[in-house]
Amino acid sequence: MATVPMMHALLLAGILFALGLVGLLTRRNILFILMSLEVMLNAAGLAFVAAGARWGQADGQVVFIFILTMAAAEVAVGLALVLRMYHRTKTLDADRASEMKG
Amino acid sequence: MNILFYVASAVAIIATFLMLTRMNAVHALLYLIVSLLAVALVFYTLGAPFVAALEIIIYAGAIMVLFVFVVMMLNLGRAAEAQEREWQRPSLWVGPSVLAVVLIAEVIYVLTHADTRMFGAEVVGPHQVAQSLFGPYLIGVELASMLLLGGLVGAFHLGRRLEEKR
Repeated sequence: MATVPMMHALLLAGILFALGLVGLLTRRNILFILMSLEVMLNAAGLAFVAAGARWGQADGQVVFIFILTMAAAEVAVGLALVLRMYHRTKTLDADRASEMKG
Repeated sequence: MNILFYVASAVAIIATFLMLTRMNAVHALLYLIVSLLAVALVFYTLGAPFVAALEIIIYAGAIMVLFVFVVMMLNLGRAAEAQEREWQRPSLWVGPSVLAVVLIAEVIYVLTHADTRMFGAEVVGPHQVAQSLFGPYLIGVELASMLLLGGLVGAFHLGRRLEEKR
């Protein structure tokens, strides 16, 4: 197996997280916002796995599995909301969902 | 094996960047899938083969298929692409991007001045993960099942066909 410095894996996780953050802040299309969220969750999981590998423990991978579960549940509900919003407003613009009424 | 890690990292970063700059949702999804596959390879080189398989099966497989289905159901055309281009004016994305670059520069500075011990020499296989997952983390598994049930019920409730109310 590879012997990689701990910081390089954490750097990768940090860069991916920052890219996801930029996407979350700058895109207006709600689909892209959800995709950026996926990137950020994945980067957080990468940090956990890297930390787990650093000490040769399984805990990092266990937490990654929990993150995976959470991402799956989040994406199912989020995409259902996107479909519902598109039916209602005929657009994917996140700004158009500013009024929430029954 | 060392070079594998760096190549996969570069692919992941480039693919994620390209995903963010696409205007077409399907193109962005394809780049995102490439990025997730690259991260799976990173997991493998870090000595976590079980998680690498899960990343491909669940992330790149199940979750991305959900995205693709939704994009297909929305049936976005060229008009959506043009509208997306209209939304992404430089004045809108320069500010947040600069702030995020400052943050990542700080992270890079901190990490490059941290300890430089090597790791990843040993493989943590599915056996150890399962021992840990169904041992000390059993309560987490139960909570995850309840979370998934909540997600299922929520998605079903939100996704069912709308009846005309009036």
